[in-house]
Amino acid sequence: MDFPTFLIQLLNSVQYGLLLFMLAAGLTLIFGIMGVVNLAHGSFYMLGAYLAYALSTLFGSLTLAIIAGVALSVAFGLLLERLLFRHFYQRDHLDQVLLTFGLIYVFEEMRSILWGDDVHGVKIPDLLGGSIPLTDNLSYPVYRLFMSGVCIALALGLYLLISKTRLGMKIRAGAFNRDMAEALGINIKLIHAVVFALGVGLAAVAGIIAAPISSVYPNMGSQVLIMCFVVVVIGGIGSVRGALVAALLVGVVDTFGKVLLPQVAGMLVYMLMAAVLLWKPEGLFKQ
Amino acid sequence: MTTRRLLLSRSAALIGATSTGLLLPAITHAQSGKIRVGLMLPYTGTFAQLGVAIENGFRLAVDEQGGKLGGREIEYFKVDDESEPSKGIENANKLVQRDKVDVLVGTVHSGVQMGIHKVARDSGVLSLIPNAGVHIATRAQCAPNVFRTSFSNSQPTRALGAAMVAKGHKKAVWITWKYAAGDEAFEGFKESYTAAGGTIVKELGLPFPNVEFQALLTEIAALKPDAVACFFAGGGAAKFIKDYAAAGLKGKIPLYGSGFLTEGVLDAAGPAADGIFTTLHYGDAIETPRNKAFRLAYAKTFKLQPDVYAVQGYDTGLLLVQGANAVKGDLGNKAALYKAMESATIDSPRGKWTMSKSHNPVQDMYLRVVENKENKVIGIAAKALADSGAGCKMT
Repeated sequence: MDFPTFLIQLLNSVQYGLLLFMLAAGLTLIFGIMGVVNLAHGSFYMLGAYLAYALSTLFGSLTLAIIAGVALSVAFGLLLERLLFRHFYQRDHLDQVLLTFGLIYVFEEMRSILWGDDVHGVKIPDLLGGSIPLTDNLSYPVYRLFMSGVCIALALGLYLLISKTRLGMKIRAGAFNRDMAEALGINIKLIHAVVFALGVGLAAVAGIIAAPISSVYPNMGSQVLIMCFVVVVIGGIGSVRGALVAALLVGVVDTFGKVLLPQVAGMLVYMLMAAVLLWKPEGLFKQ
Repeated sequence: MTTRRLLLSRSAALIGATSTGLLLPAITHAQSGKIRVGLMLPYTGTFAQLGVAIENGFRLAVDEQGGKLGGREIEYFKVDDESEPSKGIENANKLVQRDKVDVLVGTVHSGVQMGIHKVARDSGVLSLIPNAGVHIATRAQCAPNVFRTSFSNSQPTRALGAAMVAKGHKKAVWITWKYAAGDEAFEGFKESYTAAGGTIVKELGLPFPNVEFQALLTEIAALKPDAVACFFAGGGAAKFIKDYAAAGLKGKIPLYGSGFLTEGVLDAAGPAADGIFTTLHYGDAIETPRNKAFRLAYAKTFKLQPDVYAVQGYDTGLLLVQGANAVKGDLGNKAALYKAMESATIDSPRGKWTMSKSHNPVQDMYLRVVENKENKVIGIAAKALADSGAGCKMT
């Protein structure tokens, strides 16, 4: 592998890692702050992707689909939180796992009823449809750069929100000591609803912007969910910073594994997870 | 998840076990009345259109014979297999045990086929495979009562090697989904390409039905092979063709593939597909009176354009008609029925083909190139190509 190829593969790794981060961030936030193990997180990714398909067909524009898709999925997240998840914050993890595992089936069935079981493609907007030549025979699709840009912007926004704003301070306070935060007059129920909707929103955005390059298909959420859990476990459960580092790490290992060791590529990420857990049983960044 | 799987597999095993003992009476009754034809095909899901095309083709072939088999009327029984392997045995048993069919036609998905295959071997019911190319059905687990009218998974790619070397492409990269059909397609490519003097520089793969090709395309660009050969189908194929072009490889490194790469996806792939070479046992544009007559009749009857799957369904019908006529509709006369089907020559829209000893078609493979959203047939890549049938012992 020569140097330019190495750099391009690194770019591929970062791009994949950033997408994983968008998903894992929501998962780790919801766990870290509310203590809920959300197995249905992958379904929100799928929901986003199918919304991108349905809305871009309806409006004929991906930009509108992104805006409407995010709004719809955040509203959906708030509704779910109010009706179901709120009642499970104090319950045993097993109850939460049963609830969210059941939700996976409900969402898959709803998807099947609403959109059928076919594989669909989502068109890349003309503005982003081009490619930039990198080497004599390889070009890089502009849309992939756009995707990475969106992910970086959101990651940065998330960082600022949590560490620099008043709302972020309340979120951190609630995660640190729920009772004390409540005693100080913080509306913890509202905070939880906001965090849950934020997590759902991030997963849906990931699904929406990934739809044009990954296409949309049944069970796409379950596949990505496993990778998400790997990221969260490697990064340290509840740590957003850990999720970022772990997502990039998984991106690099997966991308270079596919190319350098194609025979064992499917296994490498899990070997990485095992190695990290042996070295640091609570993940890279313990909360 | 584990317990659910376990439950499913146990109930499937239970049904499978009961079938072996209970089926014998079902077969002897076939002497009088209507011939019971079971269609186990995907009518929902990703492969739904394939199932419909196969059924249409089959019915067209039978209707051209006056809608009878060896003089007897037909009654159809249909089961949607949903392309769901875990329900394969259960669904096959619905037809064999409950409906007591004389012949079972199905299916598309190789995993589901293995369920049908088990039921067919256990019960002895006549099983006709109109698509699924899984090797083992006509190799190590071949059976006298199982006939395939489509292809084996390595057959189309077995014609690819010589065609690529003939164009001067001596170094190639292979890329596919890592699952049974992809691996079996690779077998055909590897054997034919190395035999023709080509070298496979690298073998790339990704899990089915993953479509994140970017890292692999980057690797292909870095390797700079003379050509790329691949096996993809359906939505994933359209995506691969588009990504290949978006990565700037189209026009620089020629793309070859098993014909399924460009079947039914050319509208979705658009101009990115132009210039792709594929090999397959059929092409819409085959210029023979036989093919033209078939296409006209199919289009008139179903208001749809036929595709390779419709042809396979049609040929399944032709084969059954020949067999049934030879025994005058007495499908219980198995020795004579199987003999007639084994020695049949099928006058198919794809060209005449015969049955191999292991019950897989011996057929011509066409070399096709995509031009303006059409698979243009430019010649025959391999004449009378047979699957090896390795390990097949008919008992």
